[in-house]
Amino acid sequence: MHSILQRGNSILAYALSVLACLTFICFASTVLLNYVTDAKMNTVKVVVKNVPDYSASRERNDLGFLTFDLTTNLTGLFNWNVKQLFLYLTAEYKTENNELNQVVLWDKIILRGENAVLDFKNMNTKYYFWDDGNGLIANKNITLTLSYNIIPNAGLLPNIFAKGRHSFKFPMEYTTTRM
Amino acid sequence: MEVSNLFDDVKRMNKRQFIFQVLSFGMIVSSALMIWKGLMVVTGSESPIVVVLSGSMEPAFHRGDLLFLTNYPEEPVRVGEIVVFKVEGRDIPIVHRVLKLHEKKNGTVKFLTKGDNNSVDDRGLYAPGQLWLTKDDVVGRARGFLPYVGMVTILMNEYPKFKYAVLACLGIYVLVHRE
Repeated sequence: MHSILQRGNSILAYALSVLACLTFICFASTVLLNYVTDAKMNTVKVVVKNVPDYSASRERNDLGFLTFDLTTNLTGLFNWNVKQLFLYLTAEYKTENNELNQVVLWDKIILRGENAVLDFKNMNTKYYFWDDGNGLIANKNITLTLSYNIIPNAGLLPNIFAKGRHSFKFPMEYTTTRM
Repeated sequence: MEVSNLFDDVKRMNKRQFIFQVLSFGMIVSSALMIWKGLMVVTGSESPIVVVLSGSMEPAFHRGDLLFLTNYPEEPVRVGEIVVFKVEGRDIPIVHRVLKLHEKKNGTVKFLTKGDNNSVDDRGLYAPGQLWLTKDDVVGRARGFLPYVGMVTILMNEYPKFKYAVLACLGIYVLVHRE
């Protein structure tokens, strides 16, 4: 006869191997999918100030302010192996100090089942647009892109750029009035 | 199997059989070590698999989830990626997302991180006076995700007696059990 311990052991081992197998199938069934989608974005109001950055060096750095429009439909990205999307709007630009600057201005978490059709008008940024120096004033080419990090139930964690980007320039002069 | 039976097995073994058991135990330990070190070589990360220990990245990662890391020097760090980094004076590495990044012409890069579930960036977590992370602080970049599996190690770390009990049982079982 088999003892209780032996029975328990084989039930546990079998359950674990079934779980592992299902998890692997869940991962393998979605690993080759293409997650690229379209997004439309636009800037509405763009100003730049020159103020001390007390959160960092305390030197006077350029601080950009902008509001943006964003339209996209991410419903098609969700499947059984997408637990969450982490959306983020990045400003990318070049300055004298740095060859590449990337600043996340806004982000959003969308869980599966939540509304994934976005249509924002004149949104404020979530984070401050501090430059590392004075490279924003009169900067002619700032590119906004929307990306998303896909968080699966189990599997890879890809970061994907949405198709569609928007370039804008900062004004030639600092704004000194309060906004 | 009862305890008396276990030791009967040992009694019935001769010297050669006992040495064989000890050697096979050594094989198990050394192949585990080889797999870990081999993963370090393949991924380029000093710690290729980490367990999430805090809720600062919820709802993406919860306590006890497992992350697979890579750390290839030729792959640049970019905004939106999830990095695992070490801070001077803290034993436990932190898993957070890159929020801002500045890269100079000569390739030196500095970046700022933030946890998805935290309302402020990580400057308060860094070493006193440290404003940015550099590539040297990075242990790896998160590439794969497996939920819940790390709960076992969290249990073991929180209840050391449980850990020693499990290790002792496994050790005795391998030494005594005969196939």
